[in-house]
Amino acid sequence: MIELLQEYWRPFLYSDGVNITGLAMTMWLLSASIFFGFLVSIPLSIARVSPSRWVRWPVQFYTYLFRGTPLYIQLLICYTGIYSIAAVREVPMLDSFFRDAMNCTILAFSLNTCAYTTEIFAGAIRSMNHGEVEAAKAYGLSGWKLYAYVIMPSALRRSLPYYSNEVILMLHSTTVAFTATVPDILKVARDANSATFLTFQSFGIAAVIYLAITFTLVGLFRLAEKRWLAFLGPAH
Amino acid sequence: MFENLLQFLGLSAFSLKGFGPLLLLGTWMTIKLSVLSLLVAVVLGLLGASAKLSSLRALRIPAQLYTTLIRGVPDLVLMLLIFYSLQTWLSSFTDAMEWDYIEIDPFAAGVITLGFIYGAYFTETFRGAILAVPRGQVEAATAYGLKRGQRFRYVVFPQMMRFALPGIGNNWMVMLKATALVSIIGLADVVKAAQDAGKSTYQLFYFLVLAALIYLAITSASNFVLRRLERRYAAGAREAVR
Repeated sequence: MIELLQEYWRPFLYSDGVNITGLAMTMWLLSASIFFGFLVSIPLSIARVSPSRWVRWPVQFYTYLFRGTPLYIQLLICYTGIYSIAAVREVPMLDSFFRDAMNCTILAFSLNTCAYTTEIFAGAIRSMNHGEVEAAKAYGLSGWKLYAYVIMPSALRRSLPYYSNEVILMLHSTTVAFTATVPDILKVARDANSATFLTFQSFGIAAVIYLAITFTLVGLFRLAEKRWLAFLGPAH
Repeated sequence: MFENLLQFLGLSAFSLKGFGPLLLLGTWMTIKLSVLSLLVAVVLGLLGASAKLSSLRALRIPAQLYTTLIRGVPDLVLMLLIFYSLQTWLSSFTDAMEWDYIEIDPFAAGVITLGFIYGAYFTETFRGAILAVPRGQVEAATAYGLKRGQRFRYVVFPQMMRFALPGIGNNWMVMLKATALVSIIGLADVVKAAQDAGKSTYQLFYFLVLAALIYLAITSASNFVLRRLERRYAAGAREAVR
């Protein structure tokens, strides 16, 4: 156990000497996919609650597809599936994009988390207090100003508990990245396992690191909720 | 193109370049695995929830540890950890007892592993649902002279199901999608079948999309059933409010 730690603490935490690995890689995967997912899900969630069905339905179809299938298959399609199509390999730009494991992984993760996040935000927008929107309209706000100053700030705050859940689920989902050769924590654990045959210890260390990240994220989100959801608490 | 379209519509479901039966077997494996794991997880969840709500510290603390640790670690990590360790532990146990080497059936190990992991999620669902049953109900049942087991079976369980159903549905969906990971530990599920078929025909994209559609069909069907069940269990509540 001690030897295992001595030999593998560096790859587990940040680098195997050549590439970024382990914890640093997992955090990078998580933050990149959460970032892209968040950015895209805001316009999509507004489209998801649009009164026009031609705007609403495509978004609904997208979230239905990505929430109804496992992330592992989505990653396999992005990483091995798309590149197996000859037409993709013939276009230089697509070829260089899909040849890189990292690009495919972040693409698959972002698309997946974006689908879940879109539904969370759309749910929060739908549960907006009518009076709040009417008051904003009475003040002359409309169109994007109504969304930017009233609806989105309120909806994003109220979706914080669900969003924190999604971020933690996404952290747990990043573990499939090793199947696309991305050297995350689990990949290091597998390497350590096949080199030392200390199965329980190798995966146990990975489990402890993930547990630590989960608890940190839970703590951070609790602080964020205290700050941004204070208005929902009991009056003093 | 036309041939692909036919296959896509399932009109030659048993051909699929000769891989139709393999895919069907894989799908059957996925369904079997998820249903059996669900059973294990529900039983563990009920036990865990009772332990968590118990007045005995000796039961509460292990149950609390179980849910906190299992839900804090990714399912794939736990799957690899438990799946590979089960065999090692069993081997060292049989060695110590000087028995013959026993090899764990990968399917059984998969069911146990998935059931054990999702049992923690079900524990939380059931705990919340039991707490949502008004306290007076249990008190009334006690006043009528029902014993502990009877109280749970006839009073608490039927009422908690209404509160538990959305959570159960959610957990089931997450677990169903997690079964796609068992191909990583070597089980021949639908993902493995699609990968094998795709590799030998050089049509990975087509077969992987097919596997995704199979999952989509299963999740959509479960969604439909869950909605109906929820409506059924909510019927009494709506009347009570009216």
